[in-house]
Amino acid sequence: MEKIRYERPFIIKMNAGLMNKFGTQSVNEPVTHIESVSVKGMLSEYGSPLFVISEKQIRRNYQNAVRIFKTRYPKVQFAWSYKTNYMNAVCRIFHQEGSWAEVVSGFEYSKALGNGVQGNKIIFNGPDKNDSDLILAAQNNSLIHIDHYDELYSLIRLSEEHGLKPRIAIRVNMDTGIYPKWDRFGFNFENGQAWNALTRIANSDNLELVGVHCHIGTFMLSPTAYAVAARNLCELAWGVKERFGKMLQYIDLGGGFPSTNTLKGAYLPGTDTVPSIDQFADAITDVILGYGFKHDELPTLILESGRTLIDDAGYLLGTVLATKRLSDGRRATILDFGLNSLFTSLWYDHKISPAQKLGNQTEEMVMFGPLCMNIDVVRESITMPLLQKGDQVVVHKVGAYNMTQWMQFITYRPPIVLIDNDNNTHIIRKGEDLKYMEELEQIPEHLV
Amino acid sequence: MRVRKNIATSDEGFLFNPTTGDSFSTNAIGAEIILLMKKDIPTSEVIDTVCEKYDVDRALFERDLEEFTLQLKGHSILE
Ligand SMILES: Cc1ncc(COP(=O)(O)O)c(C=O)c1O
Repeated sequence: MEKIRYERPFIIKMNAGLMNKFGTQSVNEPVTHIESVSVKGMLSEYGSPLFVISEKQIRRNYQNAVRIFKTRYPKVQFAWSYKTNYMNAVCRIFHQEGSWAEVVSGFEYSKALGNGVQGNKIIFNGPDKNDSDLILAAQNNSLIHIDHYDELYSLIRLSEEHGLKPRIAIRVNMDTGIYPKWDRFGFNFENGQAWNALTRIANSDNLELVGVHCHIGTFMLSPTAYAVAARNLCELAWGVKERFGKMLQYIDLGGGFPSTNTLKGAYLPGTDTVPSIDQFADAITDVILGYGFKHDELPTLILESGRTLIDDAGYLLGTVLATKRLSDGRRATILDFGLNSLFTSLWYDHKISPAQKLGNQTEEMVMFGPLCMNIDVVRESITMPLLQKGDQVVVHKVGAYNMTQWMQFITYRPPIVLIDNDNNTHIIRKGEDLKYMEELEQIPEHLV
Repeated sequence: MRVRKNIATSDEGFLFNPTTGDSFSTNAIGAEIILLMKKDIPTSEVIDTVCEKYDVDRALFERDLEEFTLQLKGHSILE
């Protein structure tokens, strides 16, 4: 006689609150396949934990966002925010779709060049560009977004010394009604600093002023904030036109549209609360179209969206290492990945699904990672079927900021697999190993 | 390890303690174990029965049973 699948015996006291939880079974539907590729199959082929990215989903997201903006505004250009996920394979998908590159360091700049992006389609942001970065970017005709006066004066000096005429924009910070204000980056709008910087640039023979830029925050939930930002940038562009008789080529509104993840502490899941890209597009394009520019002088609208384009294309697959009951009676599940791989568990209550059919009974538990430290919590409280050692789980919407901000701590970083349009799998970054980890280390003579 | 006499159990895994007014829900295997316990058989027999029926390592089940028993005691279902 074949034996029945075992499930740990379980008892729970019933009360009004719990009935709800038993009613939300759909949350725990097992996810056995991603884009029709078997989760179990991938874990046995590539090991656990494992990041998985869907190429189809990236393309769907990109094409959808482009369609939403292009049906509202004639000139739209997306620039892929490298820091969000700079795996070369991922960047190349965006570039194939027509996206430029948005980078914030010499390292990212080199990656963009390596991915075949033409210099004049690279936007160079951020406060940390050294002299050789600036020279290279200027020689390549890249769009250099100035963050502060020190950088502006360095660039003026370098342009004179090297006979360059870089194409530049300034980053503007402003009050859009969102707190905390991101006033650390760029020149302030309200106190006139941004206008002064634009005047300084417009009066320089060595610089070509081509645009204005802002990035008002990340995971922004307010389309109105973008309307304010668009109006302020239009005001600056209008000022440049009036005062210097020159129309700026573009207005860059940065990134910041939310993904449908659930922010920690949010009462409702992100899928129910997050505004759609359409709402942001309406807010932005209504302002620019209504500002008064003639049709042929409308600036190109650049967007540097990151997380909204990739979060839901990424998954993290993992395995239960152990379960236990804590001294306060709570159930704890220990997974083979933690904060080290899933950095975004600091911000999000990630949705986690079992990767196999389990019993109908569910229980509330805390999910820990394997790191030997107290902060290594993947979910403080999640209701899941009864998990046991060896069960596999799928974490959803992890495509943004994990494969770049992950930490190498205690163990190796996991491999990343891409599922292509035909559902073939490809390793796009191998798992780390001892050789890779020790490659840069050197032992002083006396310790050999 | 005895189930209190006045505890009402149903095959679907609902338990009711008339003394405290608390009701409980268990999964299928939990309900089965409680029914076995009600028969006042030795623990080793409970373990044998379950391990025969379910695909489980004996040591693992012993551990889970120990924990389950603690929970039942905590809920005053066992005396
Ligand atoms: C200048 C700039 N552009 C774009 C982005 C991408 O932001 P998001 O992922 O929120 O769209 C960032 C992220 O911090 C940024 O700093």
